[in-house]
Amino acid sequence: MPTKHLLKIEDLHHSFGEEEVLKGISFSLDKGETKVIVGPSGTGKSTILNNIIRLVPPKKGKIYLEDTEITSAKKINEIRQQIGFVFQDFGLFNHLTAKGNIMIGLTKVKKMNKKEAEDLALLELDRVGLKEYADSYPSQLSGGQKQRVGIARALAMQPKLILFDEPTSSLDPELTGEVLKVMRNLAEEGMTMLVVTHEMGFARSVADELIFMEAGKIVEQGNPEKLFTDPDHQRTREFLFQLTDLYGEGEN
Amino acid sequence: MLEIFMEYYPLFLSGLGVTVFVTLISCSLGTVLGTFLALGKIYGNKLVSAVVRTIISIIRGTPLLVQLFIIYYGLPSWGINMDPITAAIISFIINSGVYQAEYLRGSIQSISGSQLKAAQSIGMTKWQGIRHIVLPQAFRRVIPSWTNEFIYMIKYSSLAYVIGARELMTEGKLIASRNYQFFDVYLVVALIYLIVIIFFVAIFNRIEKKVTIP
Repeated sequence: MPTKHLLKIEDLHHSFGEEEVLKGISFSLDKGETKVIVGPSGTGKSTILNNIIRLVPPKKGKIYLEDTEITSAKKINEIRQQIGFVFQDFGLFNHLTAKGNIMIGLTKVKKMNKKEAEDLALLELDRVGLKEYADSYPSQLSGGQKQRVGIARALAMQPKLILFDEPTSSLDPELTGEVLKVMRNLAEEGMTMLVVTHEMGFARSVADELIFMEAGKIVEQGNPEKLFTDPDHQRTREFLFQLTDLYGEGEN
Repeated sequence: MLEIFMEYYPLFLSGLGVTVFVTLISCSLGTVLGTFLALGKIYGNKLVSAVVRTIISIIRGTPLLVQLFIIYYGLPSWGINMDPITAAIISFIINSGVYQAEYLRGSIQSISGSQLKAAQSIGMTKWQGIRHIVLPQAFRRVIPSWTNEFIYMIKYSSLAYVIGARELMTEGKLIASRNYQFFDVYLVVALIYLIVIIFFVAIFNRIEKKVTIP
């Protein structure tokens, strides 16, 4: 079914063994929008992202990227090129430099020549403020720098949207700021983003829409300001304030 | 001892040449075989991985000497004949390949997972991810075990003497049976093995340092 949305998710279900983790999730994302998914651990937030690019194939439901149904697509790797993914544990290739991490997708997947790939890699590293680390290996970078390389790698593929799976959760608190700043810039530049995070400050100030999930269902979604100040559900209020207490609002 | 070496060095050196040749070929082709076995075991479907597991357990569970005899003395009854060096190389490749498969499997599994997922997320196929991301790291990690395997193989290759391949040990035995100086001759043979192994270990350590990822 064709849609005008960039990404559309319809009645998504997923289970691990007996345990149903997603019980019918539907929402959509338009071009240039940033949506943030929040909710307690184990609610299936990351599963949604993994379902979208079929790193974990969903059990039921349909997902569309523009007019293409991802869930039934034959060549999933062609769709994955169009959807960036930023991992909680960075997922950097340890045998390659920062530059090499970005170039390998360009040369092996996009079949770009080496020189072009290198130029683009340096451009993207510059965009996340890491041009001078182009020749560093992952083990020589801090967590925040690694994650920025991860973002640059996703950006270089020129995706239609980027999925962020708890991008700051494995970082020391003092390193989350640099990553969130890069993400904030991307949102302002009009990148379409779907973000799973516990960073309430980021959610509140950057998201066009906040999606609050619990136990495999969307409890409430809407304008973040409304969800923070005047939510329809008492549970939304409790959770958001609990997290704000825990993680703070700031991103320095 | 030195006199013995000086007197027979063309024989010692030609035996050494065969030993090194057999070992290098067996270890290298063993790596190729081991890579396919390891990939089959980890990423293959149920059938492939069951077949690989069976091969590994048969080869690991039987003595190398028996395998060598089956290939050299057993296969001719099926009409497959080969010279001793070929028979030795084939049985060593199979044996070494199986052991290397197990080393590689460990190192592949320590890398796979999140990096392979990341490779697929940028649009690589699983095979591209294995080839460009997983294997380059797995091979680096396996070098110390590979060095060990090479040392074993250079010594095990002396088993080829029982089927008459003219490697170092065979030459030693021929010389000793000619001049009856068993002690000195086998001492020379032992020293040659030792020196060659020290030499190769130094080379592999160098390679290991050179390709280490910071």
